[in-house]
Amino acid sequence: MRIVVPGRVETHILSGMTERMHFEHNIVGGDFTRAGYASSQVKKALKTLDVDMAIIKRTVVATYEAEVNVVAHACNGMMIVDIDGSTIQVVIQDEGPGIEDVEQAMVEGFSTASSEVREMGFGAGMGLSNMKKNADSLHIESEPGKGTKVEILMALDGREEVRSKK
Amino acid sequence: MTVGDIVQALELTVYCGKKGLERRVTGGYVSDLLSDVMGHADTGQVWVTLQTHKNVMAIASLKDLAAVILVTGHKPDENTAHQSEEEAIPVLGTHMSAFDVTGKLYELINK
Ligand SMILES: Nc1ncnc2c1ncn2[C@@H]1O[C@H](COP(=O)(O)OP(=O)(O)OP(=O)(O)O)[C@@H](O)[C@H]1O
Ligand SMILES: [Mg+2]
Repeated sequence: MRIVVPGRVETHILSGMTERMHFEHNIVGGDFTRAGYASSQVKKALKTLDVDMAIIKRTVVATYEAEVNVVAHACNGMMIVDIDGSTIQVVIQDEGPGIEDVEQAMVEGFSTASSEVREMGFGAGMGLSNMKKNADSLHIESEPGKGTKVEILMALDGREEVRSKK
Repeated sequence: MTVGDIVQALELTVYCGKKGLERRVTGGYVSDLLSDVMGHADTGQVWVTLQTHKNVMAIASLKDLAAVILVTGHKPDENTAHQSEEEAIPVLGTHMSAFDVTGKLYELINK
């Protein structure tokens, strides 16, 4: 079976039902009209692969929040998705201002969103905690002045396995 | 209960996404904070809000919500309406406040 997903796609069949998929999407900082597009493509791909609905739901919450953070707080980002038989890995990286104190940013309610962004209903400071609650594993690296890299890992065959890799 | 049933019972305006009026409704969520909805709303729920921009539809679609109800006379932006049609997720409207429409909705769904 060949699976076609918009974006830069590479699909291989590993063995039997195990499929490997790789794709990338640009995320444009400040462009709210396209926010969520990359995550909707992730959702489509996971549905095509018949991934369990509960896993799809948690995955898209995490990827959407990371995607919107690039749009709201950074510029020039990229979502890189790799799916194999056991794991969904989504890396969201940007060339934005970075996060000074990641631990503080993780606290629910903390936000540096502009008043314009807040008027749209963003800036509750809940995005990072949504990511943490929904991802099996979340890893954030950020360098102030350079950018941020968020890695979301989801286990396809039991949540604990990926968690223990942390 | 379907979205269409709610439209009739609460006399809501259907702005767009008519194709989705058959969607089943399982409950509702009320919030104007997008990541609150992302974190707490669930499949099949109706979302009551005053946010009208396109990101509302991005969330409604990613969360498989049944419909969006805009309160106090708010209308969807043009690109919101466009995506509502594409996703077949109705955007509905009322002049009632979030409090009033939610009260009625709660009664209707939990009847
Ligand atoms: N990619 C990023 N680049 C720069 N800063 C970021 C990035 N992601 C998050 N931050 C910082 O971390 C804070 C908290 O992020 P979080 O997603 O939890 O909340 P928010 O985006 O402000 O609001 P919400 O997600 O509820 O709409 C942000 O306000 C911002 O200061
Ligand atoms: Mg956020």
